[in-house]
Amino acid sequence: MPERSKSERPMIEIAHVTRSYGAFKALDDASLTIREGEFFSLLGPSGCGKTTLLRMIAGFDNPTSGSIAVDGQEMLGIPANRRPTNMVFQSYAIFPHLNVEQNVGYGLKRLRLDATEEKRRVEEALAQVSLTGLGKRGATELSGGQRQRVALARALVMRPKVLLLDEPLSALDKKLREQMQVELRRLQQAVGITFILVTHDQYEALAMSDRIAVMFGGKIAQVASPKEIYQRPVNRQVADFLGGMNFVKAEIVEENGASMTVDTLGFGRVKTDKPAAFVRNGKAATLGIRPERLRVLWDDAKDKHEVAGTVVDRHYFGEITHLIVDIPGLEKPLSVTETNNFGADDIPVGAPIRLAYDPDALVAMAD
Amino acid sequence: MTAAAEGAPALRPAQSRRTSLLQSESAQGFALISPTFLYALVLLVVPILVVIAHSFWTQNYLTIDRTFTLENYRIALTEPIYRDLLMRSLRISLLVSFFTVVLAYPIAFYISFHGGRHKGLWLFLITIPFWTSYLLRVMSWKVILGYNGVLNSGLLGLGIIDEPSTALLYNTSAVVITLTHAWAAFAILPIFVSLEKIDRTLIEAATDLGDGPLRRFMRVTLPLSVPGIVSAILIVMIPTVGDFVTPRLVGGKDGVMIANAIQAQFGKGANWPLGAALSVTTMAIVTMMAAATVLIIRSAARLAR
Ligand SMILES: Nc1ncnc2c1ncn2[C@@H]1O[C@H](COP(=O)(O)OP(=O)(O)OP(=O)(O)O)[C@@H](O)[C@H]1O
Ligand SMILES: [Mg+2]
Repeated sequence: MPERSKSERPMIEIAHVTRSYGAFKALDDASLTIREGEFFSLLGPSGCGKTTLLRMIAGFDNPTSGSIAVDGQEMLGIPANRRPTNMVFQSYAIFPHLNVEQNVGYGLKRLRLDATEEKRRVEEALAQVSLTGLGKRGATELSGGQRQRVALARALVMRPKVLLLDEPLSALDKKLREQMQVELRRLQQAVGITFILVTHDQYEALAMSDRIAVMFGGKIAQVASPKEIYQRPVNRQVADFLGGMNFVKAEIVEENGASMTVDTLGFGRVKTDKPAAFVRNGKAATLGIRPERLRVLWDDAKDKHEVAGTVVDRHYFGEITHLIVDIPGLEKPLSVTETNNFGADDIPVGAPIRLAYDPDALVAMAD
Repeated sequence: MTAAAEGAPALRPAQSRRTSLLQSESAQGFALISPTFLYALVLLVVPILVVIAHSFWTQNYLTIDRTFTLENYRIALTEPIYRDLLMRSLRISLLVSFFTVVLAYPIAFYISFHGGRHKGLWLFLITIPFWTSYLLRVMSWKVILGYNGVLNSGLLGLGIIDEPSTALLYNTSAVVITLTHAWAAFAILPIFVSLEKIDRTLIEAATDLGDGPLRRFMRVTLPLSVPGIVSAILIVMIPTVGDFVTPRLVGGKDGVMIANAIQAQFGKGANWPLGAALSVTTMAIVTMMAAATVLIIRSAARLAR
């Protein structure tokens, strides 16, 4: 994804927002700033409060406390129909009694544009989502992917400051979903509108976003770029949610500002960055390394940093193989993913194996 | 691959078993509905055929002349008295269905959108008046609207009128009021059901696209509840045309409807063929009126977009 020069101007400022249902907090003191023109994702497991936050930005729900501002304007007390946001609903919410054109033009009617201008904007929106020529189709005569595009066009035609998308792709099959991810990203770059995408699919968030907020149990755990989130998760929960992670127990020997030196049983002494949110817990620390950052060393290949162990299990996934490697001294075996170019799928269970790693790939995180 | 190949032959007997099961299921289905079907045939279709047959015959004092004639239909369609009664019946039933739906819609709307967890309770409460006999309910309207009735005493007591009004009872409006009350629940239910079926995110979507409460009602809720309105109108309109108890009890001279004339022909008038011809004419006209109403409402809803 090419990096664009982006404005640093905040478009959405969420400050200490809490939403309680009785004693239960669906959202707990969430603070977040989303920039103008950004493709921003809210990522987290089911029930973590993503939809709750999105609906409060749209105006369908109000915070119990805290404030939400869009483009510098406080939103409290402004009803949903007067907010500069538009939403693509998870169920798409296509009006069944209207055809495609009428659905897309629904919000324009109120603006009392002249007929040709209205028609032009509807056509333009339909073209943006590649639905040109389908304007007269009935709402019930559309495929899932087409319905999704209509919902998108209907929101885009309003030229909102912020477009909110609640799991817009979750109802599509895998192939269509991947195609739509690319299209959605391209569309966002073309129109330059701030997009906020809710998803529980980590790959979707990683592939599409400029930045991601990872949420758990109503709290925002980390806000960062996809690469940062994946490579430097602040805690075990975030690390786990974004794919496999091997956790290694470590003991802090030396702390030096933003970096520290730790001792591990399997990987020896490692110097690593200290994450901003690192919580000290005596001398104990946890390091993590992604399975694909461990590399199988074939025959007598050598590396500066290697660990040796035994293959205890093997899972075949077509283009990659998942090896489970027992390393003496580690309490849990490491999981290693290796492409099948060199025959990782043929390594027998029980075989001795050596793995190379880059010490930079070992990251410290809070428990 | 091999697993699939092994699985294939094993599947075939299962499939044939399923089709034979289906066959026996549809056979069972027919067996299940046949008593109802026979019942409907005997009690609905046969009487209608008998009535239609009679409408082409002639009454000769106590016997019936079975030569084919259209004379009864000529009388039914051209005699001013029957034409007037028919027109009045149609007008009353249209008024009743209009008022019933207008009154029922807000109630159904309230229950569906603001009933919260108590929707069931609300619907239950609405059915309570129907625990008493229809006759009792009509009689109670007599008590309310009568010369010494509740309404007159109330108005007298408040000093709004000087002497009891006779304009309340024994006329067309008394029939309309009584029937509107009688059919309210039957109109509330279909409207409620169609409102319940509306996906609430559609209303949120309308809000999101800039509509306030009134606009989103006019553009989303109302058009999507048209099926409920249509069935409510039909449910009320069709039977009220042929009602004869209500006009008999509260209608007086001005409130007589076509069904009273039909009843008279089968009873005192002892002219079954004419009664039959009046019935068939009424049925045909009601059917046309119902169809016209459905078409008008549907096209109005379509135009409103
Ligand atoms: N009206 C409500 N009353 C009580 N609790 C609610 C209500 N709405 C939401 N919640 C709770 O708030 C929490 C967050 O809900 P939310 O819909 O935001 O989750 P989510 O992150 O969007 O999950 P999903 O991925 O399943 O859509 C959930 O635990 C849910 O049960
Ligand atoms: Mg959700």
